[in-house]
Amino acid sequence: MSIKVVEGKNIVRDYHIGGGLFRGQRTVHAVKGVSFSVDKGKTLAIVGESGCGKSTLARIITLIDPATSGELFIDGNKVDIAKNGLTKEMRRKVQIVFQNPYGSLNPRQKIGDVLGEPLLINTDKPAAERRDLAMKMLKKVGLGPEHYNRYPHMFSGGQRQRIAIARALMLNPSLLVLDEPVSALDLSVQAQVLNLLADLQDEFQLTYVFISHDLSVVRYIADDVMVMYFGEAVEYGSREEVFADPKHSYTRTLFAATPRADVASIKARLAKKKAA
Amino acid sequence: MALLEIQNLVVEFQTASGSFRAVDGVSLHVDEREVLAIVGESGSGKSVSMLAVMGLLPWTATVTADRMSFNGRDLLKMSPADRRKIVGKDMSMIFQEPMASLNPCFTIGFQIEEVLRFHMGMDGAQRRARAIELLQQVGISEPADRLNSFPHQMSGGQCQRVMIAIAIACNPKLLIADEPTTALDVTIQKQILDLLVSLQAKYGMGLIMITHNMGVVAETADRVIVQYKGRKMEEADVLSLFESPKSNYTRALLSALPENAVGDRLPTVSDMLFEPAPSGAAA
Repeated sequence: MSIKVVEGKNIVRDYHIGGGLFRGQRTVHAVKGVSFSVDKGKTLAIVGESGCGKSTLARIITLIDPATSGELFIDGNKVDIAKNGLTKEMRRKVQIVFQNPYGSLNPRQKIGDVLGEPLLINTDKPAAERRDLAMKMLKKVGLGPEHYNRYPHMFSGGQRQRIAIARALMLNPSLLVLDEPVSALDLSVQAQVLNLLADLQDEFQLTYVFISHDLSVVRYIADDVMVMYFGEAVEYGSREEVFADPKHSYTRTLFAATPRADVASIKARLAKKKAA
Repeated sequence: MALLEIQNLVVEFQTASGSFRAVDGVSLHVDEREVLAIVGESGSGKSVSMLAVMGLLPWTATVTADRMSFNGRDLLKMSPADRRKIVGKDMSMIFQEPMASLNPCFTIGFQIEEVLRFHMGMDGAQRRARAIELLQQVGISEPADRLNSFPHQMSGGQCQRVMIAIAIACNPKLLIADEPTTALDVTIQKQILDLLVSLQAKYGMGLIMITHNMGVVAETADRVIVQYKGRKMEEADVLSLFESPKSNYTRALLSALPENAVGDRLPTVSDMLFEPAPSGAAA
């Protein structure tokens, strides 16, 4: 039987904005009752455009922000960081990789320290062991021990994203939230990072929540797909279902807007241009 | 005759650690009514070569070319003052970040009219009428009211439309679009690409599309140049590029597209290039 690593039931997140001298408070409903679940070793992709609430949902799943209402289960246990706070054990289970590898690494911290810090904060492993684990992890993500003492500015975007992934994996999480991990990368580097993610998933039976706006990447990596639009999940199903038969009109708009790079559609476009 | 013709363009930057060659012997030409896509990854010199054409590079850059002519005039021998009369008028450019390329301190009406005042010498009423007409053309609703908006009051897609309005204000012969949709959502990207292509067809402009997105190339271009590390790897019309790419690099780029994936791992560019990428430079 498959194990549900993460499950959300009717998750709502409101933000209260303003409340100045002359203006009343406004409430933004960023996420309006979203439910989902991901089995162990699987990938759920969340798709949508900017402002649709996908990153807010990522923050809730990563236990950075509490949900306003709704229930979140991680490894079968109910988590409510607004009421009970966050334990080190929970932090160990969920980790996140951010979109911009240039902004998510401290420029004054050596890579070795970047990788050692999660262990320093969340475990009581001695320095020598932290160093060994960091070295091992560098090799796992395709970097070498010679990179241990370098600073982030000495790496390319793809290498930095590898470091960010390595940092997220230091605590052996069961769930990894990837917030647009390849959007800032070039096509060829994107392919390498996607391959790395696939390798790591196979090796550690990792569960991914993959946030993206790029449908071709989603189609490649996801098992299940959720399409969000203005805070609601307008479409949720297996990859095959969603791509073969999109139900909601927004999903269809999204598919139609995605540029196609196959020969048949180029021929169609050129023919249309000639006729015009 | 070609609208823009460049032969053997070399751009070098003086840096603390010696000179760095960003563009290395690129030749290209664009005809009237033609959409040319320049595709490549970051660091391939695609933006720098077009900035060199526009004369927008900083003083640390040295630009040399055997030939660089626009509309029959030699850009290399032209005085900076003469060049300024062409740039923004007969050839104009739109950039990647629409929010960052508009001045946050002035209304969009002021910024559109600025071009018309400088290049066309129109009086106030004419400028205003033309600005409204331009906003209509780029699909902004209630253009007369919008003239008084500041950039922060508009969305990213709308800002990019304003940038396009500024770029086409003086009916340019050549429009250079540097990653015009990279910062935008796919649905907005589609609208902006459709707008650019329809304007290009309507006014018979030459259009240079700089992009790293193969999908954008497939949807817009007539002809494609693939650049890698400052060199031109391949030049072909769009159909033959996708159907039968000649260079290894193009083939590698195309097979790294997730939608072309065969099996459960993607081939990467370094797998397919004969020369191994220098370690440290490539990820």
